[in-house]
Amino acid sequence: MSRLVILDARLVDGSGELGRGDVVVEDGRIAALGEGVGAGVQADRTVLAGGRTLTPALIDLHAHLREPGQEVKEDLASGLAAAAAGGFGTVVSMANTSPVVDEPGLVADLVAKADALRVGGRGAARLRPAASLSHGLRGQALTDFAALQAAGAVMITDDGIPVADGRLMRSACEYARDLGLVVQTHSEDPSLRGDGVMNEGIVSQELGLPGNPTAAEAVMVARDCEVALLTGARVHIAHVSCKRAMQVIEHYKALGAPVTCEVTPHHLTLTDEALRSFDPVFKVAPPLRTADDVAYLRDAVRRGVVDSIGTDHAPHTRAEKELDLGSAPFGLPNIEVALPLLYTRLVLAGELGETDLLRLLQDGPAEVMGWPAPRLEVGAPADLVLIDLEDERAVEPERFRSKAKFSPWAGERLRGWPWLTLIDGEVAFEAPEAVV
Amino acid sequence: MRLKARLLNEQEVDRALRRIAHEIIERNKGAADLALVGVHTRGVPIAERLAALIAEFEGITPDVGKLDITLYRDDLTEIALQPVVKKTEVPFDVHGKRIVLCDDVLFTGRTARAALDALIDMGRPAVIQYAVLVDRGHRELPIRADYVGKNVPTSHHEVVKVKITPVDDVDAVELHELEA
Amino acid sequence: MATVQIEVPTSARERKRNLLDFADWTADEIGALFDTADVMAQVLTRTIKKVPALQGFTVGTLFFEDSTRTRLSFERAARAQSADVISFASGGSSLSKGESLKDTLRTIDQMQADLYVVRHACAGVPHQIARWTEASVVNAGDGRRSHPTQALLDAYTFRGRFPGFDGFAGKRLAIVGDVMHSRVARSNVELWRKLGGEVVLCGPPPLLPPDVAPGVARTHRLEEALEGAHAVMALRLQRERMASPLLPSATEYVARYQVTETALELAHPDALVMHPGPLNRDIEIASEVADGPRSVIEAQVAAGVPIRMAVLYTLLVGKR
Repeated sequence: MSRLVILDARLVDGSGELGRGDVVVEDGRIAALGEGVGAGVQADRTVLAGGRTLTPALIDLHAHLREPGQEVKEDLASGLAAAAAGGFGTVVSMANTSPVVDEPGLVADLVAKADALRVGGRGAARLRPAASLSHGLRGQALTDFAALQAAGAVMITDDGIPVADGRLMRSACEYARDLGLVVQTHSEDPSLRGDGVMNEGIVSQELGLPGNPTAAEAVMVARDCEVALLTGARVHIAHVSCKRAMQVIEHYKALGAPVTCEVTPHHLTLTDEALRSFDPVFKVAPPLRTADDVAYLRDAVRRGVVDSIGTDHAPHTRAEKELDLGSAPFGLPNIEVALPLLYTRLVLAGELGETDLLRLLQDGPAEVMGWPAPRLEVGAPADLVLIDLEDERAVEPERFRSKAKFSPWAGERLRGWPWLTLIDGEVAFEAPEAVV
Repeated sequence: MRLKARLLNEQEVDRALRRIAHEIIERNKGAADLALVGVHTRGVPIAERLAALIAEFEGITPDVGKLDITLYRDDLTEIALQPVVKKTEVPFDVHGKRIVLCDDVLFTGRTARAALDALIDMGRPAVIQYAVLVDRGHRELPIRADYVGKNVPTSHHEVVKVKITPVDDVDAVELHELEA
Repeated sequence: MATVQIEVPTSARERKRNLLDFADWTADEIGALFDTADVMAQVLTRTIKKVPALQGFTVGTLFFEDSTRTRLSFERAARAQSADVISFASGGSSLSKGESLKDTLRTIDQMQADLYVVRHACAGVPHQIARWTEASVVNAGDGRRSHPTQALLDAYTFRGRFPGFDGFAGKRLAIVGDVMHSRVARSNVELWRKLGGEVVLCGPPPLLPPDVAPGVARTHRLEEALEGAHAVMALRLQRERMASPLLPSATEYVARYQVTETALELAHPDALVMHPGPLNRDIEIASEVADGPRSVIEAQVAAGVPIRMAVLYTLLVGKR
């Protein structure tokens, strides 16, 4: 039997503040928690939390881990280690790899590899892979959802490429509903989006960069919501970036459509003004929008319209981001800074409560997937994160576990850094500052 | 910079220019085919004054041109400030002309070198002569003036300042000393 | 080396490092550039059309997008001042070769050029390159964004050719055509306004969206745009835009937006007609206008080398 004791932590979960206390972890589960329960307990490891915040490890329903085929950008080992460093205990990996994860064998491979990574304490979050909606993300033929699910896929998505064909989307939703699978959409109308590399607006016109209008997103969100209404399938709208798209979602939620939605850390904190630097690090899809859009998204978060925050962690090589804005790929790495970024910019700025933020990273995504809400309670899996809310530290991309060692927030001083992450009761991440 | 000595006053400047004008006429056996080209900035009024004097003495007004030598300087890759390029106005064909290049001070000879290159790029004069109001020595190139208003031995710590109307409000030549 | 005793004029100025757009250029600095271009134009009329001013400097032309005319113009401008020229041309993206733009630049930088002239199909590349090199950078056209030397030669042509020119204040430039995709239009808007002039933009709705150049007058009616204009610039209509989702047909465009003699009757009596080239005769501009007395299209072409000579001189001399 392995035993780990955490002494004197501030305990918080989706049910609220649980006060200060100790947690005893045995064989990957919480064996005891409460004031003084750890005192004198013999353990393989004792962590002095010193009042830091202990909460269930975070859940990310949206990360690009690039394996198989794009290991130069990221692989399961680096991506899941990065997730653990970011405080995430569970990650849903996207299927736009090479080859695309469209066959049960590929799903099973990913699951097996990720399980192996957790053995021996190498530090890795749990992987729950998504599988693609269409073969090869070509948007033509449906994949075999039932077989993919049986192999371990928990979500169906062509994320990275919008499903242009409405009939294909409808069929996918019909199958997914029958199987109880969530369909996550990358909702952008390809023809309206055109060759846009940034938000269409005053800034894009001034910079002479091809723009991608919010209408491209709003139109597709509307279609996807209609298909959800039509089929009754659980549709999760990924990375909502603008006011118009969010308003469409609010409209359909009010109608009772089985729709949930996600926003990302970057769409909550950056605007299209960032493109004035002509730095392709800021090239993401959907694009960074205006300050108005950011304000609206934050408001939607506060009003509870947003169900989850997903990182859309999308690592690339530095060389790929040192191209021109037209050629550089979309996406930025953020899984290691998401929590401190949002804690600093939203919670410390007084825009969002701390527990509200945690809910969007714990209970929210769990609910989207129909998983049990993660709780600090006896018998629960010991997927935990200890967060230091006081220590302020600059974002140092060279410290990233991710292979993508660059960041739009490089040098920015943030608070709310993960101190220690436990997966199955094993230490999956420990901040260098925590090692005495 | 500190004023050390007044070398020429207005009258003396005028006298020097008159002497140079006579020498030019004598050396060139008249004023036919003669052209005076002044180097920006103070060579220009000197050329104009000499042309007027030659006209007065000979009854023939020589052609007058203005030359900016900035694009011919040999130090453009080294300097820290950017000189303003001025217009060169040589409104006559230099081919076959007897040209007198005019400037205020002859020092290292580098300006004259640049001016010669600039002139020759415009065509092939019959002869180029060189007139200066002051020769202060310290040549860095094998160049000498054909007509000199006044020879002034100087040290490197000294600066010869020529003032000439209408660029300046008086005609004068002064010797200044650079502060340590 | 021995002290150089050529006196530095009191009007000597600090050197600008780059010409990426006009953001950090003042109207006075642009005026000085025009004055320098006058001198350069004079050099080009002489028997020996060459000065030694940039001897010892190396200019690198980096054309990631093909443009023989612009490249030749810059190379001529460099050589007319005795600079050495190295040329790099690359079609397509360097990603296909597995090399980043920065790596490409790093390799080229080994040649130790003092200034790069950069052309790229994507906006912002000259800015990126300026971040990665110590050398000066001149934008020779980046995507739809900017083409500052074209705008300079346009304004320089107007300054030299408009009868009784007395400054840009109160002078109206009408730009007609595919404004949306035009770096020439964007640069001209920026420069003309900086110099104190007014700009009106005109084109079919899909090619003139509302937030192109905020704060600038715009209209979809040619007559409104030309009324009282002192300069009229017709933009090239790319063939691929005709009969696309953006425009019904070339015929429709010609009928509504072609700059014709009739339409020009509304303009200022001395109005000049400009075109950045190459011309689509009888599409965006009637042949009789392009070849007519108001046309300064040839003067624009002639202004290219002196303007670029002035830009190179201004960016290079005073470097150390």
